[in-house]
Amino acid sequence: MAELPNPQENLSLDTFLRGLWTENPVFAMLLGMCPVLAVTNSTMNAIAMGLATTFVLVCSSLLISLLRNWIPKQVRIASYIIIIATFVTIVDYGIQAISLELYAALGAFIQLIVVNCVILGRAEAYASKQRLHTTLVNSLGMGAGFTIALLALGTVREILGSGSILGVALFGEGFQPWVVMILPPGGFFVLGAWLLLFNWLRLRKERKVMEQSGVAANAG
Amino acid sequence: MQDESLYFIFLNAAVVNNFVLALFLGICPFLGVSAKKDTAWNMGLAVIFVMLVSSMSAYGINWLLTELDLLFLRLICYIAVIASAVQLVEMFVKRYSPALFRSLGIFLPLITTNCAILGLALFQTAKEYDFIQSLIYALGAGAGFMLALMLMAGLREKLELARVPSVSQGAAMSLMLAGLLSLAFMGFAGLGGSHG
Repeated sequence: MAELPNPQENLSLDTFLRGLWTENPVFAMLLGMCPVLAVTNSTMNAIAMGLATTFVLVCSSLLISLLRNWIPKQVRIASYIIIIATFVTIVDYGIQAISLELYAALGAFIQLIVVNCVILGRAEAYASKQRLHTTLVNSLGMGAGFTIALLALGTVREILGSGSILGVALFGEGFQPWVVMILPPGGFFVLGAWLLLFNWLRLRKERKVMEQSGVAANAG
Repeated sequence: MQDESLYFIFLNAAVVNNFVLALFLGICPFLGVSAKKDTAWNMGLAVIFVMLVSSMSAYGINWLLTELDLLFLRLICYIAVIASAVQLVEMFVKRYSPALFRSLGIFLPLITTNCAILGLALFQTAKEYDFIQSLIYALGAGAGFMLALMLMAGLREKLELARVPSVSQGAAMSLMLAGLLSLAFMGFAGLGGSHG
């Protein structure tokens, strides 16, 4: 971006952990929402989607980081997209070979990993500037964060919408599933509810900090 | 799927399986550019245009790749064509309406990564639509995207005047609204048309 060479980040635990919480692609940055909402109607789909996205994210980040000094700046976005599309094609054929059932459940959303903003965002903001090993750790963290977010939605929606986890029924015969939760509106509602929860936690924390500093000021 | 009437294809793409509210495609611009009605309108037009161009190109590419037996290159070719179409729109808008260019901001180049467009190309291939059907499908999908965007923008303009609890401001509130809109669109499901 700037003319100056970008500082290279040193490897630390934070490189990994950032993706899980403070820079979580879904909850903090609101990126890659389409698969998050569309394939999280069961836990199994959520796990599969999370793993597939993580694979593409890690592989493409590594390749981009490796090629970062050779890709001309003007055509970088196009190059990134082509690299990402290559790995998505691999995943697409891979999942088709492993489990046709899963392939049918995820549908077009496997191929749509290409346009997942998380991956392109990482390529542009991180992998194109940083060294190989920090890129590896960082993209693993981001992938894990994405998978956790998918799981958070998938489990809640499956429990409420079908009364089961991973296909194992949780409640007795009398349970009336809340079907709307596995239908499209449920995706919006559950994600909205998670964001509400995080907002509430953040506000409460801020209020505590304010109260403490207020107390300190009064005492002083 | 070849015998579907054009009217049915349009209606199916626009309301029954609305790309945004039923299939979850194009959520990023849906949440990002829906703050004002006029920006939403222009974004909708840009998306419809890119959809038409990429739908036509995707039809051609699919035919060519099937002839050459190179189907594994399909995804890469689709995305390359979409990226070029978006570049075209971007240059056009920048030249003729700098104000619009500024108001769309980052979301204009990001149409490339709008999954609604790649999704459209993939769905029309999966459904084996012919050329005219593909065009109508693209038009319907674009109209549906615009409809969802305008509805959302209208709601959010009203919301500016309402007092929302501080805990639910921003994205959480938008998602709840989108959920309600999506519930409303489920009512169209009775018109027929399978998922996808």
